[in-house]
Formats: sequence, C-alpha cells, structure tokens
Amino acid sequence: MASKDSKPRSFQEIILRLQAYWAGKGCAVMQPYDMEVGAGTFHPATTLRSLGSKPWAAAYVQPSRRPTDGRYGENPNRLQHYYQYQVLIKPSPPDLQALYLGSLEAIGIDMELHDIRFVEDDWESPTLGAWGLGWEVWCDGMEVSQFTYFQQVGGHDCHPVSGELTYGLERLAMYVLGVDHVMDMPFNAPDAPIALSYGDVFKQTEQEYSRWNFDVANTEVLLKQFEEAEAECEKILAQEHVDPKTGKRIIMAHPAYDQCIKASHLFNLLDARGVISVTERQAYIGRVRALAKQCADAFVLTEAGGHAA
Amino acid sequence: MPDLLIELFSEEIPARMQARAAEDLKKRVTDGLVEAGLTYAGAHGFSTPRRLTLVLEGLLAESPTVKEERKGPKVGAPEKAIEGFLRGAGVAREDLEERETPKGAVYFATITKPGRPAAEIVAEVLEDTIRNFPWPKSMRWGAGSLRWVRPLHSILCILSDEAGAEVVPLEIDGIKAGDTTEGHRFMGAGRFAVTGFEDYEAKLKRDKVILSAEERGEHIWHEATNMAFAQGLEVVEDKGLLAEVAGLVEWPVVLMGDIAEDFLGLPAEVLQTSMKEHQKFFSVKNPKTGRIEKFITVANRETADHGATILAGNQKVLFARLSDAKFFWENDLRIAKLDMTVWSNDLKNVTFHNKLGTQAARIDRIAALAGELAVVTGADAGRAKDAAHLAKADLSSQMVYEFPELQGLMGRYYIEAAGMPAEVAAVAQEHYSPLGPSDDVPTAPLSVTVALADKLDTLTGFWAIDEKPTGSKDPFALRRAALGVIRLVLENELRLSLDRYFDGQLLRHEIAQNGDDVVSRGLMTDMMAEVADHGVFGAAVRTVLDAFDGDLPEHMEELKSRLPDTSRDLLGFFHDRLKVYLRDQGIRHDVIDACIAMPGNDDLTLLVRRARALQDFMSTEDGENLLQGFKRANNILSQAEEKDGVEYSFGADVKFAEDESEKALFAALDGAERAISSAIEAEDFASAMGTMASLRAPIDAFFEAVQVNSDNETVRRNRLNLLSRIRTICLGAADLTRVEG
Repeated sequence: MASKDSKPRSFQEIILRLQAYWAGKGCAVMQPYDMEVGAGTFHPATTLRSLGSKPWAAAYVQPSRRPTDGRYGENPNRLQHYYQYQVLIKPSPPDLQALYLGSLEAIGIDMELHDIRFVEDDWESPTLGAWGLGWEVWCDGMEVSQFTYFQQVGGHDCHPVSGELTYGLERLAMYVLGVDHVMDMPFNAPDAPIALSYGDVFKQTEQEYSRWNFDVANTEVLLKQFEEAEAECEKILAQEHVDPKTGKRIIMAHPAYDQCIKASHLFNLLDARGVISVTERQAYIGRVRALAKQCADAFVLTEAGGHAA
Repeated sequence: MPDLLIELFSEEIPARMQARAAEDLKKRVTDGLVEAGLTYAGAHGFSTPRRLTLVLEGLLAESPTVKEERKGPKVGAPEKAIEGFLRGAGVAREDLEERETPKGAVYFATITKPGRPAAEIVAEVLEDTIRNFPWPKSMRWGAGSLRWVRPLHSILCILSDEAGAEVVPLEIDGIKAGDTTEGHRFMGAGRFAVTGFEDYEAKLKRDKVILSAEERGEHIWHEATNMAFAQGLEVVEDKGLLAEVAGLVEWPVVLMGDIAEDFLGLPAEVLQTSMKEHQKFFSVKNPKTGRIEKFITVANRETADHGATILAGNQKVLFARLSDAKFFWENDLRIAKLDMTVWSNDLKNVTFHNKLGTQAARIDRIAALAGELAVVTGADAGRAKDAAHLAKADLSSQMVYEFPELQGLMGRYYIEAAGMPAEVAAVAQEHYSPLGPSDDVPTAPLSVTVALADKLDTLTGFWAIDEKPTGSKDPFALRRAALGVIRLVLENELRLSLDRYFDGQLLRHEIAQNGDDVVSRGLMTDMMAEVADHGVFGAAVRTVLDAFDGDLPEHMEELKSRLPDTSRDLLGFFHDRLKVYLRDQGIRHDVIDACIAMPGNDDLTLLVRRARALQDFMSTEDGENLLQGFKRANNILSQAEEKDGVEYSFGADVKFAEDESEKALFAALDGAERAISSAIEAEDFASAMGTMASLRAPIDAFFEAVQVNSDNETVRRNRLNLLSRIRTICLGAADLTRVEG
C-alpha cells in the first residue's frame, strides 16, 4: 500500500485506498450487489439497512447503470455504466465530516492546497420514497461526493439516522489523476506488464450498451418484465410470515426488494428507449416507489430491521 | 450589566438560510428575555457557514421583582374556598389582607415574584429557541432527536462583565454549553475559550474566520473589483451571488481566472449564467468590447501556492461546463438556421399541463389570439401570428433545457440567426414581460400583442379548468399574469374589451378539451367567428344555435351559461388585481369600486381614466361638496320612492318651480346636462366632472332654501323629479353611491 502522502497512479489504486481507509475506520467492506442498479443507494446494504434501529457500517463499490447517460464512450465524462463508492454508517457518527475529509487525504488530495466546500444539496429519491439533507462536496469547484443524512427511506422515518457518502469514482479519480478523458485514465498501474486504460476495459462495452439501450432493447419485453417484477414483488410480500415448511418466521424482504430493483432498472431502460411520456413517467416512478415502500414495511418486521424476535 | 454571547456551532448551514437564521435567533432570544423581564441595550446577530452568533449588550443581571395583587373570596366565605385561594396564590393565611369593597369585605393577597438571575432565564430561553427554531428545513442526526439545519456540534453561551465570564449552565440533547469554539475548518488551530464578544471576534479572526457576512461580502467585492480594475476590466455586479458566496466561506480568498479563448464567442448571458449557476463565479467584463473575458471565484482558504492549484481546478471544471454550453449553442444555432419548425414540432410531445394539452397546442391558441389582438395593438396580424409561433420555439433548444432561465433570450438569438427581422426576434424575449411589478413593459406592437395573447391564454386556460389561485397559493403565477395584462394595457393605453377576448379564448379551450365530436367542434368554431365579428357571447351563441337544425349535443346547452359565468369570474379577478395595482398608486378603493360599477368596465384604459378623474375630483372641495349634495338628493329620492312605491325619473317642469333657487337649479341642470353627457361620450371625464362641479352651488342653494317634501303634492313630485335629474347626471360619470364621504 502506498503511503498517504504519495499520489495514486491508477483508477484501481484509488478504489483500493478507499477500501483500506474505510476498513480501517471499522466499516464492513462489502462487495457490489449482483444486480443492475442506478446508484449505490439501491444496494440493500444501504436501502434496507438504513431502516430500523440496528447499528450498521458498510462500505462498497457499486457498479451503477444509467442507460440515458450512454454516449458510445465518446463523451469525456459521461458513461452509462460507472462506479460509485458508497459508505453508510448508522447512527451517523459525530465526526463523519472529519472521517470523510480523511478519505480524501487517503486518495492523495492535499487539504493544504485544495479548497474543500460543503454546498447545500438535499437528496431525494422519488423511486425509493427516500430523502435526506446534506451537501454536495466541492473540491476546487468540482463536485466530488454527495454527503447525506438520511431522514426517510421507503416512507419510514430513519431512527437512528444514517450518514451516507457517495463518491462518483470516475470523476473523482480523473481529477486526482489529472486525466481529461475518462477513457484515457489508467485502470491499473501505468507501468504494469500489461497496462490497461479505462478505455481498454470499458470503451467497447459503452458502445455496445449505448446502441442496445437506445435503439435495440425490446420495449415490449421490457414492459412485460416490468409488470412481472412488480407482480412478483407483491406476491412475495403477500406470503404468510411463518414458512409452512420450516415453521419459522421468515419474511422475504430481500427477495421482494430484488424485484423492486429489477423494476426500477427496467423503468430506466424504457426511459432510455424514449417510450415513456412525461405523464406516464410519474406513474411509473410511483409504481416503483410503492414497491420500495412495501419492501421497507416488510424489512422493519425482520430481525435485521430491528424487530424484536 | 453583563453582556451575553451565544454561538451555535454546526456543520455547514445552507448559504441561503444564514441571514434569516441570524435574525430569527436574535428575535427569538430577545423576545424571550424581554418577556421574562430581562431588558438589554443592544443586540447583533451574525452568521457564517458554520455558526450563528448573537451578542447582547447591557443585559439586566437579573429580572426585576414583581408584585402582583390578587382578589380572593369574601371575608366569611366557606373555609374550602379560602384554602383553595391560598393554594392558588401560594401565600399563607396571615399574609391575607381584608379590604372593604362595595360588595363587602374581601380578602386580598399580594404575591411577590422574586427576580431571577439572568443565567437561569437565558438558559430557558435559549433551550426553547433551539428546540423550536424556524428553519425552512431541519433534520435529525445520529441517534438523537434534536432537530437543527445540520448536526449541531457545540453551544457557546456566556455572560460576561468586568469581573469575568460565566458559562450559562445549559444542556440540550447531550450538548453542554461552554465558553469555547473553533475557527476555520482547515486553517484554525483547534478549540479555544473566549471571555466576551470582542475577544471572540478577535480570536476568530486570528483563526481565519470573518464573523460578519457583510464584512466578508465587502471584502470579496473590494478584492474582486480591484483585481479586475488592475487589468482594465470590471466585475459584473450581482448582489444575490455576492450574498450567497459570502455565505459559502468563512475566510474569503478572491481569485481571478481566464476563460479559454474557445468560449469567448458565446453570448455573454450564457457565460454568465453557466458560471453563476454551476460554479458561483462572478463574470468579469471587458468594458471596451462588452465581452466576458475572465471570472472571479472565491476560495475559502489561503494556500502555500497562492491559490494556483485551486484556480487550476476551477478552470478545469469551467472548461468542461463551457464545453457543454458551447456544444448546445452550436447545435442550437445549426438547427435555428436550418429549420426552426423542428423545435416547434418537438413541442407537440411536451405537455404544458395535463388538462391544457401540449405546448404546441398552447402556442397555436396564443398565435390565433395574437392575430385577433393585432387590431388593438396596431401590429400586423400575420406577422403577430408568425412571431407567436416562433416565440417559444427555444423551449426545445438544448441551451434552454440546460438553463431554463435563458428562455426567450436564447429564442431571440436563434431567431435572429435564422435571418428573421429583429422585431420578430425581440418578441421571443419580450413576450414574457412584464414579469414583476417593477419589470419593464414592452412597447413594440408585435411584442405587446404576443405578450398579451400569451398571458390571456394562460389565464383563460386555468379558469376553464377551474385552477384558480386560492389564498396564498398561486402555483401557475396567475396573479402575476393578470397584473402583466393590466400593465400592458394601461401603459400602452390600449383600448380593448377584455370580455370579448375572454369569451373567444375560453371557446378555444373548450374546443380543445371538449370538441371531440364533429358537431360540437363545428358549432363552437362558428361561435368563435360570431364572437370575432360581433363580440357578444350570448348573442353569438344564440345566432349559431338558432341556425342549427339537428340534435344539439347536451353540453352545448350547458355551455351557454357556463362560459359567460367563467368569463365574468375572470373579469372579477382582473378587477381585484386592478384594485391592488391602483391602490399602490394611491387611488382609493371606493373610487375604483364606483368606476367598476359603470358599463364598459372590461375596458381597463377607460376604467382607469374614469377612476383617476374621479379621484382628482374627489380631492377638490367642489367634488366633496357635490358628493354631499348628490348623496342628499339620492337619499331623499330613494326614501320617497320607497315610500310612494314609484320611481321619480321624468317630468320635472320649471313651471312648477316656486323658489328662485329652484329655478336656478333647473337652469343649471339644463346647461350642464348636455355638456356633461357629451364630455362622457368623448371619455373626457375630467371635464365632465369639472362641469358637474358647477352644479354644486345651485344644488347647495336649492337645499338651503327649499323643503322637498312640500305639502303641495304637485310641487313635491316636481322637486323629486328634479332630484332625479341630479342623480342621473351624476351617475353618468361614476357610481357615486359607492364613494365614501
């Protein structure tokens, strides 16, 4: 591991340093959720675990997909697939701002030379029925992270409150590494035997997905899948709490939430295909929100959700 | 007398909330203290991104002792009643005093409320203030239940005098008040204790915090203008931005940077908006060329490299932002030059309001109305329609999508780029005006036409779907739209009957919303044509329906009353807005009411001319006296009419006149009547009222000398009919019954 003072040299080194930093601060370093999501917040380690009374501390990388942001790999900083780094600590510790600033130092941002600012930015996710207050963090005028104190998730008041940090990894790394086009960014060490750039890894997939997202994805299939996910989610949650086979109380909040995530991503795909009108948009968002709320309702009845057995 | 210093130290407070919060802290604490009997000599509130501070000078060290007398039961009242009184008043039996009153001997108790030390009161008041602070949005954090704008970290609360400082004992949700705080997040040297306000302010400055937002703002502006001046440039003034930036930093360090050559061709407004909205940069202009060539950014710290790294970073971010803006600008220009109907077509897919259809449909309605209004404004009808069609096309442009506040202005650039005449291009920008009460009103006929059509379409549309403003709720800014119409009409002295345009445009909305069947659509289209030709809705409806031989769709019947009702209601709304507008210009509400009651009240220019003349008239002695004479005549007449059950309105004859004053009044009325009615005909209200003033003396003399209710029935009837002539003449100018005085 490079020392704190040295500059990282690659995209992955920045990720590794963040992992090491937050592990050192006591977070469970988790792995990405194995489903397509629009942001790190959708990972159940954030959405569901921010509910209920049980303390929690997790950090992880989450590959995130925003089909409408696809630019065939041409735009210097817009991607339909990118990485977010996500930290969630419940209850939010009193020194969370200082911890956060420490993470910036860990990836080579010298506080003595840069201008770090906390600029008002309230966060709201209409699809998750969630909101919080906080800031976007600026480094020399560039937004490098989102910092939020969750107040409500899935329609439930957060008690205690979770502190959430989200780093847009590509943008942050490009700044730290001094790279102007994301595709030029070193992915691994520039002097590695097989040096790979971000473009080597992702340029082709950006092209492929941009084409599929915008022009090829079968909207009828997507629509059908949306409705199936919605129905499945509701069906799962409608099951008896006590499993007739094992006789145990097993509320299936997570499997239901998977369906909610699916529906949300399918909606994003439909949106990218341009088949959702302005008025329909609100209705679709409302349907996903309804699922998220039901999943949250179910989760708080589980042990992890703070339900006393 | 001690001074009180309070500092509430938190994580970063949104810039837009700071000034108000400092005021609220001051108000809530001082109100609470004063209510508890603690007065003070002076109070000042301060705010930085991380703290709210209040200093009170010359606070009473304790609240004064208060004596209060309370009346108890009668002497000899049941023991229980007396005991209850003693308990309630908190005094002993031997402290009661017997006093004689008109109702007999009664017990009195004197309750002494001893003064309390300031610290005790401050602690209570501050706790209450913190727990009930009126933040626009507040939050919880950690596992606590306290709400604050962002996590609250420490409370400094000390009372200090010559003898030293004393911490006010106070604890809220685990935060214990103390005498320490900290300076700048990055440049400060950790927590320190303070002994009073001067010490506090000085130590903050030592630790790189300027406490006063005003001082930070002045510093920024001073530095920025100096820097620009040194290079022969000037900073574009923006007070809102300055206040915001002063709320984003505790230690402002002003830096000036370059805008890359590639972007200097962008319109100044685009540069300015992009830099302000995204980066909170000030624009720096070259006064010789008028171009924006540099920017000013304000950092929150000093660095060893004098801001070089910070400036380089900001420049890089700006480069990315302006690359976007340039991309939008060039793309938009290409489309504008090629074919702007691409944008108009896009608007077919954009909903304006779910009950009012798409933007494209709205624009079509506006254009149709603009074509009709051209006759009023003196614009060319065909050109007005074309301009209306183009005026909102920029809503589809990428630049306006990115910066909605540039709507209209971008349209102007794009329409010009497409090679259209400047007056058509100007419509895009000017038709949104006036936006506020102090905004300029357009005067170019084409712009006035489309501005009117746009606002009237919006108003009639929301009236048609019954989405009117209620109380403080006006989500579609309909009051502003109505005021806009009022100012457009009055300031351009336009003469139009609003009613007729309301009816026509309401019909257009009706066709859009309920014209699905061919029959209704056809009928309503015919009505439109009738209204356009003759301007009277009821008559137009009858004409069309009478000529129709077939089964009338049901809703056409209902339309006959609904549409004029809606139109009347909208006119009432305009009259309410007009009253507010004219009241601000010093015209009395009763004077306005007297003029609204007259025919032709949907012609606002006429209405206001009448109101101004009446206001002037009523502020003269003649006017006031004439009003008295009119009221006297009207009262006598109304009473007689009620008593006799007839209307005295005709047939006064000078041959039955007995008194000289009576004959003189006949003569005066004969002389004035024609002059007044022809002046009114010519809408010369000032001269009509001037002539009315000449009636004052004969009317006064008449009432002085003559008893109207004479025993001679013929004479009485004749005099009543004479009074009726006064009433008729006066009511021809304005409804004087509504004027107070």
